[in-house]
Amino acid sequence: MARAVAENIAKQSSSGAPVLDRQEVFRKMCLTRYFEYQVAEAYTRKLIPGVIYLSVGQEAPSAAISQLTPGFSVFVQHRCHSVYLAYGGKPEVLRDELLGKATGCCQGRGGSPSAQDLAIPMFSYHGLIGENIPLGTGYALASKRPGVIYFGDAAAEEDYALTSFGFAATHKLPVLYVCEDNNLSIRTSVAERRSWDICDVAESVGLNTACVDDDPELIHEAVSDLLKRLPAFVNIRTCRHLWHAGVGLDGPPEWDRLDEYRHQVPQADQIEQRVMSYVEQLWQEQLQKQ
Amino acid sequence: MARTVAETIKEITRKHLDEDNGLLFGQAISAVGWVNNTVPDCRNIVEFPMADVSNMGIACGAAISGVRPIIVIRFQDFMWLNSSPLVNYAAKTKDIFGTATPIFVRALGQEDAGCTHSGVLHSIFMHMPGFRICSPMTPREYQAAWDDFMSHDDPMYCSEHRSSFDNSEEFETTCHPADVTLIGISAARFQLDQAAALLAQEGVTCNIAHVMQLKPFSAEPVVKALSQSKLGLVVDAGFEICGASQSLAYDLMWRTGRPVKALGLFDRSVGANAESQNRTPSAERIVETVLQTWHEKFAQAQQVSVDISEVRLCSAESCTRGPSTME
Repeated sequence: MARAVAENIAKQSSSGAPVLDRQEVFRKMCLTRYFEYQVAEAYTRKLIPGVIYLSVGQEAPSAAISQLTPGFSVFVQHRCHSVYLAYGGKPEVLRDELLGKATGCCQGRGGSPSAQDLAIPMFSYHGLIGENIPLGTGYALASKRPGVIYFGDAAAEEDYALTSFGFAATHKLPVLYVCEDNNLSIRTSVAERRSWDICDVAESVGLNTACVDDDPELIHEAVSDLLKRLPAFVNIRTCRHLWHAGVGLDGPPEWDRLDEYRHQVPQADQIEQRVMSYVEQLWQEQLQKQ
Repeated sequence: MARTVAETIKEITRKHLDEDNGLLFGQAISAVGWVNNTVPDCRNIVEFPMADVSNMGIACGAAISGVRPIIVIRFQDFMWLNSSPLVNYAAKTKDIFGTATPIFVRALGQEDAGCTHSGVLHSIFMHMPGFRICSPMTPREYQAAWDDFMSHDDPMYCSEHRSSFDNSEEFETTCHPADVTLIGISAARFQLDQAAALLAQEGVTCNIAHVMQLKPFSAEPVVKALSQSKLGLVVDAGFEICGASQSLAYDLMWRTGRPVKALGLFDRSVGANAESQNRTPSAERIVETVLQTWHEKFAQAQQVSVDISEVRLCSAESCTRGPSTME
């Protein structure tokens, strides 16, 4: 952990603010996007047991925040492939987990929602929405290690999530809560579910908060600031392209951040091509054995 | 003077928090005499807010980090709220994720405390894979339960009972040729000596077997005692239907070939007033059950000659629902 934190400090600009590595963020976004396209194909061919939760469209938050939180413990929710890949989890190990193989990160027993890599350390998710929030909070208390906890806008509504925010504020824990707000609980919008704003609630119990769109530049700026004032909560408005579970589409997505962001990244096409080739080869070498 | 169960718990806890840098979580820990004087006033105690589900999740998160936390649940009925992170995460991590969540759950039982403060719920956790479950009622047993927790990496459900806290005596399982083996769990164990004495007056000889470790069930001493007798009765302080008493009775029946009956709380909610109470089976109820079962199994077949004519038998209705008034 000490080495990771030192490396992070070394990447800071002369003004003290961490520098955003746009190419690296874009590479991570592409890695998730093209990895998951392969997942979707394998799922359609019925090669993946169980249910899958894809992050297509939601790649930006973890790609941007992972740059700022090396050495943090990471607690994920069911839609976790993007976080796993952004924090450096091995793609081939996640692939094998999805295919139900013993060489997967949970020996194939957890499946799509259970990506983990204890070397990060990133802890797996068991399936009950939002329960990773108190788990990550307790881990930060006991380990005294900074932590980042990812969840969605529906998980944030769970009573145990809200009281975890309060516990972190009471004990001044070094935790960053990241709400990947795609505005949907399966297909039910936030406005249909509640009249209150999650940032207001987080702030009311004592967390520092920010609410931004999933533009990596905005995320980077907001989270850089919040990391100086933990515990904190960031709500990131993002856009899920596919169904809650599975590979279905309800129509064109409202926006595609990866497509928009490539215009701000030097040599974006080359990065994208390299990632596409790598991921395709990664999956084909395994699927040919099936 | 011998140490009591409460003093044993307090000393184990003090050492864990002060010397081993462990953590203890709970609600209102310092209130009402530090949980019946079982918790020391020392460092590493974290007071939880009244947020049960979240609290257990936080405690499980602490367990992942390796500090082996203790969480105090002042009344076992509160486990209904606290159970989700335990059952869905802590108990599954080993099987699914290959990691461990060693947490020691002190779940306190009590008599006569109304409908949501009188429960003894170890049975519902026995049903779920991934737990170690014990119900220590003596100082030596409590130390053994703690040592067992510290030498494994599973979540431990420790089903305590307030009626044991002042106890400083140890129980021994007896094993000699006898008519009946009385097998006790939790607070029911404090009724067995008296029940055996009453049965002796009826001409029935007893072995007494004590079960501390419910899961995995340490069956060997019980099997030995039961094998020396003709009939077994498992008595528990929890509900009978689908409970620990029925589960162990079934297990022991298959292991020994002896008929084994189960006895626990009646199948009705526990209330506050005298009419609605539903206590741990008393010595008198144990005797009544033994003699009735004996009669059904043996006396009618004239294999033994126990005279039960003087014994009051419960009606079919009261056997299912229990008497409306505790006597």
